[in-house]
Amino acid sequence: MAPDPPEVARISRDDVTHVALLARLSLSDDELDEFTGQLAAVLDHAADLDALDLDGVEPTAHPLPLRNVFRADVPVAGVDRDEVLAAAPAVEEHRFKVPPVLGESP
Amino acid sequence: MEGWETVIGLEVHAELATATKLFSGARNEFGGDPNTHIDPVSLGLPGSLPVLNEKAVELAIRVGLALNCRVQPSEFARKNYFYPDMPKGFQISQYDQPINGEGWLELPDGRRIGIERAHLEEDTGKSTHVGGGGRIHEANYSLVDYNRAGVPLIEIVGMPDLRCAEDARAYVAELRAILVAIGASDGKMEEGSMRVDCNVSVRPVGVEELGTRCEVKNINSLRSLGRAIEYEARRQVDLLTSGRRIEQQTRHWNEEDGRTHKLRSKEEAFDYRYFPEPDLVPVVPSQEWIDEIRSAMPMLPRERRSRLAGAAGVQTGAAALTVERGLDDLAVDSIGRGADAARVLVHIENNLADGHGALTADSFAALVAMETGRDLTATQAKTVLADLVESGGDPAAIAATHGFEAMDTSLIEELVDDLIARHPDDWAAFVDGDEKERKKKSGFFVGQIMKSTRGQADGRVVNQILDRRAGGPARQD
Amino acid sequence: MSTGAGGMALAMAAAVRSGERSARSVVEEHLAVIAGREDEIHAFNLVAGDAALERADLLDRSIGAGDDPGPLAGVPVALKDNMCVRGVPTTCSSRILEGWRPPYDATVVEHLSAAGAVVIGKTNMDEFAMGSSTENSAFGITRNPLDATRVPGGSSGGSAAAVAAGFAPLALGSDTGGSIRQPAALCGVVGVKPTYGAVSRYGLVAFASSLDQIGPFATSVADAALLLEVIAGHDPLDSTSIPAAAPDLLGVLGRGVEGLRIGIIEELSGSGPRSLEGIAPDVQARLAEAAAALEAAGATVEQTSVPFTVYGLSAYYVIAPAEASSNLARYDGVRYGLRVEAGNAVDMNTATRTAGFGDEVKRRIMLGTYALSAGYYDAYYGKSQKVRTLIIEDFLRAYESYDLLLSPTAPTTAFPIGAKTADPMLMYLNDVCTIPSNLAGHPSMSVPFGVGDDGMPVGVQVLAPANSEPTMFRAAAVLEAAAGGGAS
Repeated sequence: MAPDPPEVARISRDDVTHVALLARLSLSDDELDEFTGQLAAVLDHAADLDALDLDGVEPTAHPLPLRNVFRADVPVAGVDRDEVLAAAPAVEEHRFKVPPVLGESP
Repeated sequence: MEGWETVIGLEVHAELATATKLFSGARNEFGGDPNTHIDPVSLGLPGSLPVLNEKAVELAIRVGLALNCRVQPSEFARKNYFYPDMPKGFQISQYDQPINGEGWLELPDGRRIGIERAHLEEDTGKSTHVGGGGRIHEANYSLVDYNRAGVPLIEIVGMPDLRCAEDARAYVAELRAILVAIGASDGKMEEGSMRVDCNVSVRPVGVEELGTRCEVKNINSLRSLGRAIEYEARRQVDLLTSGRRIEQQTRHWNEEDGRTHKLRSKEEAFDYRYFPEPDLVPVVPSQEWIDEIRSAMPMLPRERRSRLAGAAGVQTGAAALTVERGLDDLAVDSIGRGADAARVLVHIENNLADGHGALTADSFAALVAMETGRDLTATQAKTVLADLVESGGDPAAIAATHGFEAMDTSLIEELVDDLIARHPDDWAAFVDGDEKERKKKSGFFVGQIMKSTRGQADGRVVNQILDRRAGGPARQD
Repeated sequence: MSTGAGGMALAMAAAVRSGERSARSVVEEHLAVIAGREDEIHAFNLVAGDAALERADLLDRSIGAGDDPGPLAGVPVALKDNMCVRGVPTTCSSRILEGWRPPYDATVVEHLSAAGAVVIGKTNMDEFAMGSSTENSAFGITRNPLDATRVPGGSSGGSAAAVAAGFAPLALGSDTGGSIRQPAALCGVVGVKPTYGAVSRYGLVAFASSLDQIGPFATSVADAALLLEVIAGHDPLDSTSIPAAAPDLLGVLGRGVEGLRIGIIEELSGSGPRSLEGIAPDVQARLAEAAAALEAAGATVEQTSVPFTVYGLSAYYVIAPAEASSNLARYDGVRYGLRVEAGNAVDMNTATRTAGFGDEVKRRIMLGTYALSAGYYDAYYGKSQKVRTLIIEDFLRAYESYDLLLSPTAPTTAFPIGAKTADPMLMYLNDVCTIPSNLAGHPSMSVPFGVGDDGMPVGVQVLAPANSEPTMFRAAAVLEAAAGGGAS
C-alpha cells in the first residue's frame, strides 16, 4: 500500500546529527548520509500509519493488563563486589573510575 | 530590593526510609563501604529487571496524604540521559502520571503553600571528583559508588507560592517535620537524604506576570537555602535594574563564595525522551489500601501544634517549638494533669532543649505545681527538673535532698533592706526611673539576692518587696 | 537428525534418567557433531565443552546415587548469547559486551539447571537481537545447515542452526519480532514464541522490553513442549511475569484439532485482495496444504480478515527501536564491557559506543532516539502505541470467532547470504508475519511444513490468544504429523 506523505517533515541530515549526539554516537560524513537515507526509508514506511483515524484510541505500553506488582521490602543478598569490579574497565578504591565528567548531572 | 517581589518554588527530594531499594533487594543504607549495597538491578547489569518495593509505595502514599494530595493511579517512565552515576542510562521516575497529584502544605502560621505533585523515582549513585581540589571542572577523574543508586526518592514539587527566603525555610522545615513525623524519611539534609532545588524569579511589585526563573541546585542546609535565595534574587534584580534580561538557567549554589554560578542555559537543556517504563506495570492503589494507610497515619506536626495550642490556650505559633522538639505529648499530658500551661511551655523552651529524658508527665506536673504553689523558686525548679530529666524520680523528694524549701519572707526583707543600704545610687535610680530603668535595676537587686541566697529566694517575692519599699510601681511617663 | 514425533530430547532424558545411557555419552556425542561441522556453520559464540562434560559427570553421579535430575536430565541445550550464565561470557554478539561475564544467572538458566539440562554453549545471533539473518553479528555470520550458502534467519540464527545441525536437540532463543519463529522456519525446526510474560525475562539482555520473550527451539513439537514447560512459570524477579503456573503441554499434545475453528489471516496469506505483497507462491502453497491438513483432522478452517496486522511492521519499527535506544544506553564504558579511553566522560561514552556497536544497532538506536525526541514523540511513538491497541483489539475480535489463526512464518524460504544486507527495509519485511503476535503479546509458533521450490524448508505459523499455548501446540502436533515428522 502506498504510504501517504508523512505528517511531519522528513528526517534531515541535521536531525540525524542531533540524534547521534543524544545517543552518544559519532558518525563520519559518509555515515551521516547513509544513515539519513536509511532512517528516512523506515520512517516513510511508518507514515502509512498517518492514514489511520486514531482519535480516542488509548495507547498500549504493556501487552498484558497487569497491575500492582510489588516485592516485599526485605533485603536480598546482592552480587559479589570483587566479581563486579573485576569486570569493570577501570577501578580505584573499590569504585568505578571514569574520565572527568565536566558537568553536573541534570 | 525595594519595589521587587521574589517568587520561589521548591522541588524537594527526600530519600524514603525503606530497608531496601526502590526496585531491588539491595540495602538502602547511608554510607557503607563503596559498592557493597549493590545487585544486578542497582548496577543496571544487562538482563536485570526492576520490581517495585511495596513499602516505598506505601510511604509515598503517606506523603501524599500528609500533603493533602490526590492519591491516584500512576505509572513509571524512563527519563533518558547519560551520566556515569546513572547505571542504566535512564532514571526510572514518574512523569505524566505521578502517584500524588495536587495538594498543599500548611505553614505554622496557617498559610497554605500549594503542592503540584509528589512522585516516586530512584536515586543515582555518587561521583567523587578526584584532583583539582574536588571541583568538578578541574578534576582529573571521577570515582563512582553505586550504593545510593536505586534508593527510593519522593520528589515533592511545590507551587511558586513562596515570596521570601524566610518562608522558603519555614516551608522546608515544616516539610521535613512532616516527613519525619510520618516515618517517610529521616530528613537529614547534611547526609543528602533531603535535597532542595529552588526556582527563583523576581518581578516588580504589582506585576502579575512571572519573571524568567532560574533553578538553583546544591543547597545542603536550611541556612544555605535562605542565603541562596537572597543572593539569587539580588542578582536578578541587579540585572534587571541595569537594563539587562534574565536568561533561564540552571545555577549551582557555592557555599564557600556565597554565590550561585551558571551550570547551563535552557538551550542546553536535556531532551529526556520520557516514555512509559515497559519493565514495570501501573500502580493502582485501591481505596481500601489508601484508607488503611490513612488510618495508620501518625499525628502531623500541624495537628500536634493545634492540639497543644488548644490545651495550653495559646496561639499555634507559641506551640511550634514544643512540637518541633517532640515534647508536645509531654506538655499536653502535664497540662492535662493540672500543670500551669505557661510554666510548662517556659520550661520546655528554656530547660528541655535536649529532650525530656527520664522526665514523665506526672513528675513534670508535680514539679510545676510545687513551683506555682511557691514551694520552689524558679531557680530551684530548674535544678530539680534537671535531675528529673537525668534520672527521674519524685520532685518533692529531690527538692528535699537539695535542701530546697521556701525562704521566710521576713528573712528576705532583711536581706533586701541591707542591700538597699549598701547601694543607695542604684536604689535611687530604681525609685526614680521609668519602667525600663526600674526593670534594669530590679534585675540587679534580684540577682544580688539570688547570689547571696544561692537561689533559694523567690524572685517574685523580691520584686514585690522592692516595689513596696519604693512606695509603688514605676511611674508612668 | 530426529525422527521427530516421539521427541528426541524426551527420549534422551528418559534414557539418562533410567540409567540406560550416561549424560556424559550424550554430551560427548553432541560435542563430536559440533566438532565435525561448527567451523562451517558457526552456530556458537562459545562451546562450553569442558563445563558441559563436568556437568554431565555430576548428573551421572547423582543418578548413580539414586537421584532424579529432572525432565531434561543430561539433555544438551544451546543458549542464545543474550541470556546470562554466571561466569560465562555473554556478548549478544556485540563488541561492546565482549568478555563480559555476568555475576548472576538468568531465571531460565536456573530452570534449566533445576531440570537437569546441560548448557552446551552460547549461540551466535544478530547483535543485540537486531536482525533477521544473523549477518549482524560482530563475530561472523552463521550459515544455514541445510544449505551453507544461505542464512539461517535471525536474530536467533545460531540457536536455530544448532538444533538443525544436530549440535543440540534443544535451544533457547528470544523473539522480539519473529527472532525465534523466522529462523526456525528457515532452518526447518520448531520454534515457539510464548505469551508475553509466560517465560521470565530476568537475565535476558533486553532489546525491546515490551516485546521480548524467550522461547524454545526443537526438532519436534513434543520437545518444544517439554522445554517450554521447564522454562515457563511465574518469576517474582520479572514484574511482567504472568502470575500463574506454567500450563501442561505434553499432556494435551495428542488431543488433535477436532472441532477447533481456525482462521487463515488473509492479510498475511499472500492471496486475496487484502493481502500484503511479497509472500512467495511456494510459501502460499504450503500454507494452503497446512490448512487442508488441519481440516482433514477435523478443524474448521477458513480465511478471515485481521485488517490492522498490515500496520504491525510500521508500528514495530518505531516501538522496538524506541525501547532499544533506552535499553542500550547502559553500554557507556563505565561498569562493564568495552571502553575506548578519551579525555572526558562524554567523549569516552561516545568513543566506546561508536566502536562497540555495529551499524544495524546504531541505526535502531538513532531511529528510536528520534522517535522519542521532543517534537516527534506523538507523530511516531505515540501513534505506534495506538496502532498497537488497534492490533490487539483486532486479534481479540478474530478470536471471538476462531480458536487459532494461521499464517506463513516468513514470506520466503532461507535467502542467500548477503542478499538483503544492503537495504535495511527489505530485511525488515522478513518479519511482517511474525511481528503482530509480539505487538499483541500473544503466543505463536512455527512448524516446518514441507519445502519450497528451492528445496528449503517452509514454516507455517500457528497463532493463539494469550495463554492458549495448549491449543496452539495441539494444532502444531497435527501439522507436524501431516508434514511427516519433525525436521527434514
